[in-house]
Amino acid sequence: MILFLCLTEPFELRASHAQAIGWATVKPFIRYILVPVLFATGGLLARQARAQDIVVGEFASLTGSEATFGVSSSNGVELAKEEINNAGGLLGGRKIKVIMEDDQSRPGQPSAAVKKLVANDKAIAIVGEIASSRSLEAAPICQNAKIPMVSPGSTNPSVTEKGDYIFRVCFIDPFQGTVMAKFALDNLHAKKIAILQDVKSDYSKGLAQFFREYFTSHGGQIVTDLSYTGGGTDKDFRAQLTKIKTGQPDAIFVPGYYTEAGLIAKQARSLGIKVPLLGGDGWDSPKLTEIGGAALDGCYFSTHFSVQDKNAKVQDFVKKYQAKFRAVPDGMAPLGYDAMMILGQAINTASSTDGTKIRDALASVKDYPGVTGNITIDEKRNAKKAAVVLEVKGSKTNFFATVPP
Amino acid sequence: MSSTEFIQQLINGLSLGAFYALIALGYTMVYGVLRFINFAHGDVFMIGAFCGYYLSPRLLPHFTGWLTPLGPVTVLILTMLICALLGITIEKLAYRPLRSRPKLTVLITAIGVSLFLEYGGQFVFGADPKSFPELMPDRALEGTGALTITTTQLAAFIVTVILLVALTLIVKRTRLGMAMRALSNNPTAAALMGINVDTVISFTFGLGSALAGAAGILFALSYPSIDPLMGLLPGIKAFVAAVLGGIGSIPGAAIGGIILGVVETFVGASAFSTYRDAIAFSLLIVILLVRPAGIFGRVQPEKV
Repeated sequence: MILFLCLTEPFELRASHAQAIGWATVKPFIRYILVPVLFATGGLLARQARAQDIVVGEFASLTGSEATFGVSSSNGVELAKEEINNAGGLLGGRKIKVIMEDDQSRPGQPSAAVKKLVANDKAIAIVGEIASSRSLEAAPICQNAKIPMVSPGSTNPSVTEKGDYIFRVCFIDPFQGTVMAKFALDNLHAKKIAILQDVKSDYSKGLAQFFREYFTSHGGQIVTDLSYTGGGTDKDFRAQLTKIKTGQPDAIFVPGYYTEAGLIAKQARSLGIKVPLLGGDGWDSPKLTEIGGAALDGCYFSTHFSVQDKNAKVQDFVKKYQAKFRAVPDGMAPLGYDAMMILGQAINTASSTDGTKIRDALASVKDYPGVTGNITIDEKRNAKKAAVVLEVKGSKTNFFATVPP
Repeated sequence: MSSTEFIQQLINGLSLGAFYALIALGYTMVYGVLRFINFAHGDVFMIGAFCGYYLSPRLLPHFTGWLTPLGPVTVLILTMLICALLGITIEKLAYRPLRSRPKLTVLITAIGVSLFLEYGGQFVFGADPKSFPELMPDRALEGTGALTITTTQLAAFIVTVILLVALTLIVKRTRLGMAMRALSNNPTAAALMGINVDTVISFTFGLGSALAGAAGILFALSYPSIDPLMGLLPGIKAFVAAVLGGIGSIPGAAIGGIILGVVETFVGASAFSTYRDAIAFSLLIVILLVRPAGIFGRVQPEKV
């Protein structure tokens, strides 16, 4: 009411005492005092209205070159949120509200998104991202704000090294790289490997490095090591592949993301390269075979989960996911689900929405039975879990082996 | 590097360069006539790829039996028509009202149109990469020994050559082509001689955009993952190719594109694959230092 009077008053002043107090003196008053006051009041009211909800921020690549990662993981988060809310919410009946930001798979966007989530939306915790480069961008912001961040699927070790508020529910690349190197040695009996890595991605570079370390120290040889620029930039890999062909490798390790992996497979086959291509969880997307088609037959990649896993927990998740989203979940969906579930559990354990208390609760998670395996957060805030190796055949992925940590 | 590998890399480079050449032609023609860089050109290329994406599933099933090879050709021609119309519309709406303004104004507008097409495309088509349908079987040709040339590479190369020859004939042998050259030489004098400047400029934009559309289809055929920002990098590279060949020169654009493609391929296969674009572009700087107007360009003395 008072605000209203203030608003109308200047106009009266202007009419009656036009000479004494001019419009010019009143205008700054409106601009610098009234408008901010109005905005602040509005903001306070808006925040009060949702004070009951527990706000969790999420940033993901819903669009752009890694769009299926963001869509799948946020579907997983959505499913977990619904389950928690339907079961009565957290902290005695408070519902979770997830505020979602799309980072368009582009560098620069995650920091803007997370700053907004922390400052404007007052998120008490952040879930995201799959791509390590983008998690690395957001991690320092969460760390400085003392807001816990849980990454569903960033496997590069440096992500959680950004600070003690940064967690993940997936395994890390020193393990994943070893899994594929071991697989190449033991299952494919490969002696010579060529690597084609994405220089733009911390994930790809890390995975290549750990693969190389294990492979060369166990009698293997890296015959060619070339790179490309990912994120939809490079589309022609024939130059690198022609070079790789001359080294006559037994297999090619392509630790990149699915868009490029599909194209690389296609161009490799058209150049007459017949050896299998190997990849990591960056391949885990239905778009992989859509782009690569039959060129990917007989290729393998490591990931977090297989829909063919007979485990009741997995099958239950697959059923619920299919009922809600009418799609078969890929590896990123259950990771999003597990990330949200663990966060929910941590909020309950902390019985508070205070960042530091949630952090402590997250750090003490032990043997949580997740869809992607039993999750124990170690002292470096990583999850120790088994990896699965999938084989691509006829535009489908088949479960091939489980590799324990 | 063995000779087989060398020739194989040359083939790879040529097929990549053919795309740059095809896009560069559009830049060079518009520049030749209007003395301005149409930065939205790379995005017309993107629209071309999406035309193919949406037209193919609707058109191809109608071509069965002996008509099958005509399917992709129809898609290509329709796409070129749509892109030509788009190019003419862009010129009419965005550039024509500004023709008498400083060149910088038009240049900024072109960037605006480019961003409009990119983000409009994200809105309409969605931002996630789509897989482009197979218009023709993609397999290696027989009888080439250790070398591999795929059917799509060959098709892209043949179409590029056909379009290049057709374009040269249009510019050199038709009345409209003559009008284009006249306009390029001296716009005021051309207008005084009774040439309808608006028609010629529309035609130039139509022709350039049709070539970009064709390039979009051929590119998507070879690299079947398309997204609304796909025109950005090929657009920039084709622009560089046009400058390298001598902007305004049609054979220059073709040669510039081929050189860029080949250089990129050889650097990509070397130990410096990480610095592929940086090295390729440094080489271009060196060429431009030696020949500032580009390979086929002529230095035009400024009349004071």
